[in-house]
Amino acid sequence: MKFEYAPAPESRATAEIAPSYGLFVDGGFREAADGRTFKTVSPSTEEVLSEVAHGGEADVDAAVAAARAAFPGWSALPGAERAKYLFRIARLVQERARELAVLETLDNGKPIRETRDTDLPLVAAHFFYYAGWADKLPHAGLGPNPRPLGVAGQIIPWNFPLLMLAWKVAPALATGNTVVLKPAETTPLTALRFAEICRQAGLPAGVVNVVTGDGTTGAALAAHPGLDKVAFTGSTSVGRAIARSLAGTGRRLTLELGGKAANIVFDDAPLDQAVEGIVNGIFFNQGHVCCAGSRLLVQESVADELLGRLKRRLGTLRLGDPLDKNTDIGAINSPEQLARIRQLADTGDAEGATRWTAPCDLPSTGYWFPPTLFTGVTQAHRIAREEIFGPVLSVLTFRTPDEAVAKANNTPYGLSAGVWTEKGSRILWMAQRLRAGVVWSNTFNRFDPTSPFGGYQESGYGREGGRHGLEPYLDV
Amino acid sequence: MPSPAPALAPADVADVTATDSALRRFLHGLPGVDAVGLEGRAATLATRSIKTTAKAFAIDLAISMIDLTTLEGADTPGKVRSLCAKGVSPDPTDRTVPSVAAICVYSDLAGVAAEAVRGTGVQVASVATAFPAGRAARSVKLADTAEAVAAGATEIDMVIDRGAFLAGRYLEVFDEIRAVREACGDAHLKVILENGELATYDNIRRASWLAMLAGAHFIKTSTGKVAVNATPANTLLMLEAVRDFRDATGRQVGVKPAGGIRTAKDALRYLVLVNETAGDDWLAPAWFRFGASSLLNDLLMQRQKLTTGVYSGPDYVTVD
Repeated sequence: MKFEYAPAPESRATAEIAPSYGLFVDGGFREAADGRTFKTVSPSTEEVLSEVAHGGEADVDAAVAAARAAFPGWSALPGAERAKYLFRIARLVQERARELAVLETLDNGKPIRETRDTDLPLVAAHFFYYAGWADKLPHAGLGPNPRPLGVAGQIIPWNFPLLMLAWKVAPALATGNTVVLKPAETTPLTALRFAEICRQAGLPAGVVNVVTGDGTTGAALAAHPGLDKVAFTGSTSVGRAIARSLAGTGRRLTLELGGKAANIVFDDAPLDQAVEGIVNGIFFNQGHVCCAGSRLLVQESVADELLGRLKRRLGTLRLGDPLDKNTDIGAINSPEQLARIRQLADTGDAEGATRWTAPCDLPSTGYWFPPTLFTGVTQAHRIAREEIFGPVLSVLTFRTPDEAVAKANNTPYGLSAGVWTEKGSRILWMAQRLRAGVVWSNTFNRFDPTSPFGGYQESGYGREGGRHGLEPYLDV
Repeated sequence: MPSPAPALAPADVADVTATDSALRRFLHGLPGVDAVGLEGRAATLATRSIKTTAKAFAIDLAISMIDLTTLEGADTPGKVRSLCAKGVSPDPTDRTVPSVAAICVYSDLAGVAAEAVRGTGVQVASVATAFPAGRAARSVKLADTAEAVAAGATEIDMVIDRGAFLAGRYLEVFDEIRAVREACGDAHLKVILENGELATYDNIRRASWLAMLAGAHFIKTSTGKVAVNATPANTLLMLEAVRDFRDATGRQVGVKPAGGIRTAKDALRYLVLVNETAGDDWLAPAWFRFGASSLLNDLLMQRQKLTTGVYSGPDYVTVD
């Protein structure tokens, strides 16, 4: 019998969206100095959600000045007092979790199941976790009297707007810094809602400032001489440009950039769970994940069986309305990103890999790309080397553990890797040899505020999360 | 599409079950189960939101899949007869409610149940083989089975010898299931693995395959008499097993979770597991059952709520 799930949409009513939003500077909302605005759209319907102020250089100046003015007071507060604000923010995030989840889903296109069950719980957990550190900094193993740096400029991507905000803002505030945050152009709404939460929590004016805008706004912030620290998450090319502009200035920089992670499945792996891990690795958040397991390395002896199981599983993925509680795959965040995914996938065809697409209907409006995998991929293919940042999996095979390590490490990136085997000693053997900031064993894309996250080589430097995540914001 | 599972022809089945060591090699060669991943997948599927038309469909389907059960020392013919009446016509105020799949009783009451459901299409399932512990001589277990069938049981729910399984005497367990299947004649055989006593997911997967190789028509999670009975994760695992078994051999086997499934919400979550793991082919009473007693009333109350818009409460469904 056919069991069809009726539509189960989450109500939009919990997340009211104003027709326009200003910049959040010095505790208040204001228009951009030159009055410019830009539109933010829902990627699943192309509906314009709101008009948002487009911050320019003057606005960045004002925000940095506000953060500078707030710094002496904020950094002088006892850690326990700063912790109170962070705990309050964490609780408010929990209280308003449904509203934030709906807003994130509307602005980003990712399924409500993920914003509700992954993004928002992690956002709150990060604030709770770093709140706990605020009064224990002398005991973090970073010296007896670590001092805050000053004003941090933080530039975050569109793939996990609120979660990346939490990764950046929570440790910065816990350590006594003040921040100017620049959310991504396509997903500004939850950062602005977070600014409201800061006000609701009574956070002193200027401690958190949010300047919305496009890449030029981000460039103005990154290069601003009034900063002591820049933290960026995004593409490797932009990260390089920021590193260049900061070279020689003495300002501190952490970068969390791209990846082309290998998800390595041995023939003794728990196959059904490995299939889930592969799906979670590359189709979670439409593959818009810097640590996505975009390269599947599967041992030849089990490749056919695993691929058969994987394809059958991909046939059950539910693509569609991101607000529907049963949707697994949402919309691609922007037309630009969709074009890039299409172009790289076409390269896969052109270079001789075999494309397979999960059977599913794509909605007629919005930006969509079906779950796709390529077999017959080799290390020499572009789709095995370049970050696609979309729901496209490249499947390669290997014969021996040494070959798996060699192929997995044969990339300019090094953010994450996954190992699937029932043999504990092999997991340890692999983890010692894989050049990646995170190695997951028998799981993938699991995050926790207590665990440091960051990359090797072109995946960036610095760590976010855990005790390690305090260090980039402290003078030790 | 490449084959999701290596083929297992009848001759291969004969090979892997020929000796204890061959059977052990086969069962231990099955892919392992990662507990965290399995439970994570079950938890994710539990978040599916089943509303309106889907809920109405699923509630009726769930009712039609119930093995309405009474397995108490205090059972009497009167109690069994009233349970049969309820199973045939679960809601006396609404004849559109489907009958349950079967009435499940101890073997000495199988005759009473068979008499009570005659001509209704509702099956009589009898537990047998020294249920629930299974600690009796094989001759006793076979006699128990044969008498239940003779009394009119059309389905037999047997328990495996967990002691032999845990001691690694797989062929002994296999032979016993075969013998019981023989004693069943035309009756369908459900093989209870008693997951709570097998303890590990690897064991549950191996026992599932063992029972299927031995000819089980259904594999069933548990007796309902131990601390851990059906769980979403162990049922999901068994659904993977029947799916893979059909891929390998072409023969379809049913799954019956039993014990602890009391609410409509739980039942719907199990149907989601079936739908997204084994698929449409298992969404029928012939291939999926719930071993339950109080579940039926909750399904009926939810059904009334859905049709009338008001939740009427337990006084508006019959106690048995």
